[in-house]
Amino acid sequence: MSVPQGGPLPGPAEPGSEPPGGKRRPHGMLKLYYGLPDPAGEARGGLPPGGDPGGPTDINGAHFDPEVFLTKLRKECSLAQLMDCETDMVKQIRALDSDMQTLVYENYNKFISATDTIRKMKNDFKKMEDEMDCLAANMAVITEFSARISSTLQDQHEQITKLSGVHTLLRKLQFLFELPARLTKCVELEAYGQAVRYYSKARSILHQYQHMPSFQGIQDDCQKIMANLAQKLREKFRDGGSGAKDLAECVELLLQLDEPAEELCDEFLSHARCRLEAELEALEAELGQPGGAPITDVLEFIDRGCNIFVSNMCLVIASYQELFVSREGVQGITRMAQDKLVAFVNSLMETYFSLVERRIQLEKGVGDNSLLVRALDRFHRRLQALAKLLPASNVAAEGTEIVVRAAKERIRQYLLALQSFYQDCLTDVRQSLAAPRLAGKESPNLAELLGTISASVLNQIKSVLTYVHLFTAKDITFSNKPYFKGEFCSQGVREGLIVGFIKSICQTARQFCETTGDKGGSTPPALLLLLSRLCLDYETSTISYILTLTDEQFLVQDHSPITPVTSLCAEAREAAQRLLNHYVKVQGLIISQMLRKSVETRDWVNTIEPRNVRAVMKRVVEDTTSIDVQVGLLYEEGVRKAQSSDSSKRTFSVYSSSRQQSRYAPSYTPSAPLDTNLLSNIQKLFSERIDIFSPVEFNKVSVLTGIIKISLKTFLECVRLRTFGRYGLQQIQVDCYYLQLYLWRFVCDENLVHFLLDEIVGSTAHRCLDPVPMEQSVIEVICERG
Amino acid sequence: TYSIADMIMGLEFSARALTPQIAETDAIRFLVGTQSLKYDNQIHIIDFDDENNIINKNVLIHQAGEIWHISASPADKGVLATCYNKSKWSCVYFNTLASDSKVMTCAAVWRMPKELESGSHESPDDSSSNTQTLELLCHLDNTAHGNMSACNFSTASAFIFILALFVNTPFFFNAQLSNSAALEGKGQLKFTSGRWSPHHNCTQVATANDTAIRGWDTRSMRQIYYIENAHGQLVRDLDFNPNKQYYLASCGDDCKVKFWDTRNVTEPVKTLEEHSHWVWNVRYNHSHDQLVLSGSSDSRIILSNMVSISSEPFGHLVDDDELSDQEDHHQEEKTKEPLQDSIIATYEEHEDSVYAVEWSSADPWLFASLSYDGRLVINRVPRALKYHILL
Repeated sequence: MSVPQGGPLPGPAEPGSEPPGGKRRPHGMLKLYYGLPDPAGEARGGLPPGGDPGGPTDINGAHFDPEVFLTKLRKECSLAQLMDCETDMVKQIRALDSDMQTLVYENYNKFISATDTIRKMKNDFKKMEDEMDCLAANMAVITEFSARISSTLQDQHEQITKLSGVHTLLRKLQFLFELPARLTKCVELEAYGQAVRYYSKARSILHQYQHMPSFQGIQDDCQKIMANLAQKLREKFRDGGSGAKDLAECVELLLQLDEPAEELCDEFLSHARCRLEAELEALEAELGQPGGAPITDVLEFIDRGCNIFVSNMCLVIASYQELFVSREGVQGITRMAQDKLVAFVNSLMETYFSLVERRIQLEKGVGDNSLLVRALDRFHRRLQALAKLLPASNVAAEGTEIVVRAAKERIRQYLLALQSFYQDCLTDVRQSLAAPRLAGKESPNLAELLGTISASVLNQIKSVLTYVHLFTAKDITFSNKPYFKGEFCSQGVREGLIVGFIKSICQTARQFCETTGDKGGSTPPALLLLLSRLCLDYETSTISYILTLTDEQFLVQDHSPITPVTSLCAEAREAAQRLLNHYVKVQGLIISQMLRKSVETRDWVNTIEPRNVRAVMKRVVEDTTSIDVQVGLLYEEGVRKAQSSDSSKRTFSVYSSSRQQSRYAPSYTPSAPLDTNLLSNIQKLFSERIDIFSPVEFNKVSVLTGIIKISLKTFLECVRLRTFGRYGLQQIQVDCYYLQLYLWRFVCDENLVHFLLDEIVGSTAHRCLDPVPMEQSVIEVICERG
Repeated sequence: TYSIADMIMGLEFSARALTPQIAETDAIRFLVGTQSLKYDNQIHIIDFDDENNIINKNVLIHQAGEIWHISASPADKGVLATCYNKSKWSCVYFNTLASDSKVMTCAAVWRMPKELESGSHESPDDSSSNTQTLELLCHLDNTAHGNMSACNFSTASAFIFILALFVNTPFFFNAQLSNSAALEGKGQLKFTSGRWSPHHNCTQVATANDTAIRGWDTRSMRQIYYIENAHGQLVRDLDFNPNKQYYLASCGDDCKVKFWDTRNVTEPVKTLEEHSHWVWNVRYNHSHDQLVLSGSSDSRIILSNMVSISSEPFGHLVDDDELSDQEDHHQEEKTKEPLQDSIIATYEEHEDSVYAVEWSSADPWLFASLSYDGRLVINRVPRALKYHILL
């Protein structure tokens, strides 16, 4: 909308006229007229000078002064502007003029039609006035009549009210009088609910009017009937044949009849108990004969228990709670009912648990236990539902306890199984060691046997770990119980099963070493050797492997003390050491016995000149060689001391040992104690003490050294107990030279063999009646020939 | 633990036989028998003067042969018995070692010269020239029963019984009545050792053969107990606990010393496994039976304190009146002392196999040991232990 910048438009704008250019303008004008602020006017802030609103230069304002406006225009505007302004104003004036004409015309028409309407109305009102006068007269007549009728009917109305009151009372009385009959009928029809509803309606009234004889009679009758009814209900309740819903209804009615709730609870529970106990008995029958095999497998058993007993138990609990516990009633009843329920559930569940435990105990198979775990899972899961229904009972905790006990028992059984498996392995090894060797066949390869036993034991451990791992599977409900997260993994599986088994292996090993006393039926030496290697392997790698495997599978979350790998390894190493020591002892003893017999049984004084090495010496060398082979299969070579180039050619004479010479030098002059002392001290400097039965190292050379030491020392001691003739001595010389030829290669320090053989020959010479030694060359010839 | 020997002396011959002079209770005196095939064998009477730390030695010639075993009479200082090989050296000398020559082990009872019974206090230098001979009392030979392996006197004083172990049959002789009887035994048993029990009025003996130990009653001549497989290998020696009548110690080639209750012989009461070779000798101390010595061919002697199975399991028992003053004090001490079996000391003065070790009959804290190279060592129980036992 453009505002004329001025223009010679005389006269103020009238309120009725429509200013040109849109609809907002008239409102603005009206508002202006009524002294209201005009937002549109305010918006016209950008007026050229002189356009101040309401001022004398505002062409639309009330105080417009054409003179001022014109002077202002003339003063401020250029000619062109003035020309524009003029044209604009003429245009606006024309538009306003035509608008005004239209308005006048329109208003005129409206005015004429309004006049017509008013005239018509005037006529209508006149007619209406007459009718209204008539109505008022009629009303006055009606009012008069009505007043007259009211006054006449007043008495009768009171009587009717009274009569209708009497009628209601009579109906009530009739109900009361008919009540016994109705009740009887209801009872006959078994509409017990109806009967109870009737009775409960009448009960308070009867109670209130019981001082009146007639009511007294009715009340007595009713009570009798209702007692009868209650009796019937109870019978029905006791009968137990009806379904849960009927039962609930019965209880509902009985409670309405004010029967003692406690008694009802008891009855309800005892009734439920009968059924549940019957189910338990059926379940017990599934256990089978004591000592016999169970009839069904454990999963089926638990399934049956869950589906029949536990779900019925849940139903009982639910309906009981609905009936007695969650009822809007006295708090005392709820509490009492709840207590009763808990006791009831606990006692029955106890029986159920004992059955379940008996069944679980029958699970003795040591193979796959997924069936058992699934059964336990189901058992546990179903109990959760029951526990949710009845949080006050301790079934959930007890159920978890049972699962925990079952898990512990499983671990124990698996440990036993592992142990017996290990024993079986040992028996197998024994058998294959003892089996008569077929011609042309090699003796059983110890390394292979070791591999077999080691692998099969490891496999067994792995499969047991897998079985046990089922207990901690994610989809098993009880696996998130604290026991299965912590103690089961650490104390149960790791300590109880794996560590226990490793310890029992070591224990078995030690037991083999303690049966020295038995000569017959003792452990074959090869088995000792094999077990020693097995224990050593356990020490070096297997134990840490198994434990790492266990720790990975069973992430231990609790911090109870566990056996460290190092202490187990130490135990295994100790067992390996003992076994190897024992092996050396046993093999040494076998060779010793040969040597001992050969020395003890011969008449060394009267023997003939030696022509050959005695067969027993060849046997000793043969046996030593085969032991060497046997040990070589399982143990590394070991370190030898540097050997002289031709150790086999070393000669020794009867009196080679200088200390023997000095010690046995015949003399009758007693030497002073001091001298001997000094002498012995000097000797000590030259000879290290040899420990005969001393621990050996885990290598072939050390083992063989141990065996040879034991054998030669025995030889020495036996020789010292005999007396020899010249040829006896010579035979020993030959034998010792032969031993020297062959034994040095087995030991770590050949000087040891030389020393012991020197001692033997020296002692023989000392025990000889006629010590004439054989020529070394002859000895050599004999030995090379044999 | 290391200890320093009280005295070490060397005999010129190798030797296996050692015994204390049991009837002598004042002086410390041991008898040693030598083994020599070529020279006259000797019995050395060793007197130890522990105050001056001096050894006096007297030598008796034992011409009968080399001595394998010697024992002294508990009743008569002068009487001793030896097991010996008949000497062949003269035969050898004349080169007449005939095909029939056999080495026979015999036994005889001897009496030493009166002046040597209580030892002589001559200077050691004279003893060589002063050699004397033994008087033969009787031979215990019985050719029908073969070689002797040991002989032992009974400790009963009224009669002198001698247990003579033939290789096949244990015999016992009544020296005064000069009769003998064989114990019943079946089969060919090779007896290696035997001891008289000091209990039961000296009617029982124990013998060892192979790995077994047998107990005998000399009245019935019957076997009364039998410990089969007492040791894994040969049993070398036995000794009875002097204070506990059913307790017996044994040792053998399995390097072990075992303690037995003869009423229940299925398991040993205790086993010691400290030696690294055959154990040849085991001896209870006569006064304090918790002290046990063992000698082995690993050249060591081990003294063990077997408190738990001794007659004084709670330490030295003090008389009541002694206790009265300081009862509380003692009680306290008792509870403090841990009573555990232990190895007291290992003696390593020997360099050759030790075949004999014996307690002195006069001084309960002193013992002698003999190794094959003829070295005799006299040692004492460590002072600390001695006071521990006494106080």
